[in-house]
Amino acid sequence: MYVYDEYDQRLVDERVAQFRDQTRRYLAGELSEDEYRPLRLRNGLYIQRYAPMLRVSIPYGLLSSAQLRVLAHVARRYDRGYGHFSTRQNIQYNWPKLEEVPDLLADLASVQMHAVQTSGNCIRNITADHLAGVAADEIEDPRPWCELVRQWSTFHPEFYWLPRKFKIAFSGAMQDRAAVMVHDIGLYIVRNDAGLTGFRVVVGGGLGRTAILGAVIREFLPAEHLLPYLEAILRIYNLEGRRDNIYKARIKILVKAMGAETFAERVEAEFQHTRNEVPFDWAEYRRIARHFAPPSYDPDAVAGSGVVESLRAQAPAFDRWVTRNVKAHKVPGYRVVMVSLKAPELPPGDCTAEQMDLLADLADRFSFSEVRSTHDQNLLLADVRESDLPEVWRALDAARLATPNIGTLTDMICCPGLDFCSLANAGSIPIAQQLNDRFSNLDYLYDLGEIQVKMSGCMNACGHHHLGHIGILGVDKHGLEFYQITLGGSATADACLGDRLGPAIAKSEVAECVARILDVYLEQRNEDESFLNCYRRIGIEPFKSRVYAEVTREEGSDVATAD
Amino acid sequence: MSPPLIKRREIVANSWRQVADDEPLPDDAPVLVSWARWTAERAELTRRGTEGLGVVVNAAEITPEELGRDAGNFGVIAFEFPAFADGRAFSQAALLRTRYAFRGEIRATGRILPDQLHFLERCGFDAFELPERFDPERALAIFSEFSLAYQQARDGVIPVMGRRGQKQDVREPTQH
Repeated sequence: MYVYDEYDQRLVDERVAQFRDQTRRYLAGELSEDEYRPLRLRNGLYIQRYAPMLRVSIPYGLLSSAQLRVLAHVARRYDRGYGHFSTRQNIQYNWPKLEEVPDLLADLASVQMHAVQTSGNCIRNITADHLAGVAADEIEDPRPWCELVRQWSTFHPEFYWLPRKFKIAFSGAMQDRAAVMVHDIGLYIVRNDAGLTGFRVVVGGGLGRTAILGAVIREFLPAEHLLPYLEAILRIYNLEGRRDNIYKARIKILVKAMGAETFAERVEAEFQHTRNEVPFDWAEYRRIARHFAPPSYDPDAVAGSGVVESLRAQAPAFDRWVTRNVKAHKVPGYRVVMVSLKAPELPPGDCTAEQMDLLADLADRFSFSEVRSTHDQNLLLADVRESDLPEVWRALDAARLATPNIGTLTDMICCPGLDFCSLANAGSIPIAQQLNDRFSNLDYLYDLGEIQVKMSGCMNACGHHHLGHIGILGVDKHGLEFYQITLGGSATADACLGDRLGPAIAKSEVAECVARILDVYLEQRNEDESFLNCYRRIGIEPFKSRVYAEVTREEGSDVATAD
Repeated sequence: MSPPLIKRREIVANSWRQVADDEPLPDDAPVLVSWARWTAERAELTRRGTEGLGVVVNAAEITPEELGRDAGNFGVIAFEFPAFADGRAFSQAALLRTRYAFRGEIRATGRILPDQLHFLERCGFDAFELPERFDPERALAIFSEFSLAYQQARDGVIPVMGRRGQKQDVREPTQH
């Protein structure tokens, strides 16, 4: 992975010192609350419902074992012993003290970590396919480009005060595992007929109040033009994006108002200038890319894979885990181990300091000292020899990190919701708990197959509810928590937004409602048809009539649903 | 006397007088007029020469093209920030320097924060009129909080990429 040189390190150290001074001036009354807010937000610090929340950047989801140990240390020293992994591959701490945050940041800087631009109206952490570099369907590893864009966007003087937050995601593979279509800028690595690397550029995707998929504005952008092209997009957005209404300030609104075609023309015109103004150097790309060279895989790794099959035959729990949580690797004899942060008794995405330490040890022993975070709030060990799977499984299982539910209904995406977040209208974690209690039978979950439940506690959509096969959105109805259900969303290559099922459901009814949706699916599916494909075939009506007809009849109550 | 100005990282007296649209123009001092007055009295104002004429604009109310077209008439272009979070002037200044080769003073006034000076300077601003409650002496220190930058910008600082290529020592930023 990328290792800082003296320049990268100095910039992070200088930001720590700057933030320390900003916080001191705020506490001394030299900066008002209104003035300090955007400054602390640009360093990931929110003031939340109960305490500050600090979001730490994990660039494109990549962590060294040394970094993970410091994240564990931060959880113990400054927080309550755990952290929460977010849908943007970052980690959040819910209980740091404002006065201690500068020290916390200095600890992070000691392992090349920071909270730079994890919040505020600026360019946020760059996210990417969590299987970058190890997926068989990959055209090219996007991570060197991610790092190049990370550096370009860090303290970019012109784009530090944008109309609204700005998110960029990369995918270098055939399958989109990074929800690229719902980012402000999405970049797919493509090859042209001449075999040259470039990007398909998508702009104006996003979730939140106005969920929309991005529009392609360039089918093939030669790779060396990436930075000037991004500069052109950002400049037009900075100058013309709306600033009069926070809900209309994202670039998606500008692209929609202008029309994608006109927006593309404007970008091309601006790019004719920026291409001569923004430098790019292939030598610098190669310097960065060297950090992402494949690790020294064991050429004899295939030989030891027999132990896996024999243990699978003996131990059903191991067999379930291999089936569900272990994924293909492009190198023979190696596998990707998904580390489920969706144990039924814990909020989705939460990870304790002890678990982080254990994962750091496992990474050192079995996966070239690296761990990754995924956009669906799990972790993974990317390069595990098949013959090591039994030992990795035992260690993960003992630490409650081997729940064999990756890709199943209980592998839910879930925002912190009303329990922590000051924006939330309704709880998310209690709904996850309700679903975990109701759907605890593994055979039932496996029979359902691939199904994604995504929930957000408000329309800001941190839990990507629009993209869930089943999406759950918390809403406030006269002071009560209600939940809007959507069906048929998808975050992958065939990305689409879910359709609204009907009036919002009372909190106590959510698991029952989901159960009825699943009943319809199980009754109607053709043999191996997935939930999503079944939904696309039969449409929303059968689900709608089942959910609402029965709720009304059984409950006979006018508070079961609301609109 | 008007509040002090930070110009090219030094505290100097502000010799430019901002005149209201209905106020007669003084002969003895360089003036800053609104964009509306500039467009209405263009012929007369042009006679003052760039030494005597500047304009105050709100980045929200003017396009870079309009500003760039007329920039050669002004010794000072002052962007008045309606709110410190309104980042439009950062792009406007960058375009004035690169695309329209404006060599005069680009000034930030209105609701700016000391913490923005470094970023403003990188975009081509070279003069700053902070709200009065900020101590300009202390604000000067904020310019130096970052000794490096990743991006090529308008302040002449060699970006990190260039330093890597040349492996040379860190130099102080050059001035306009």
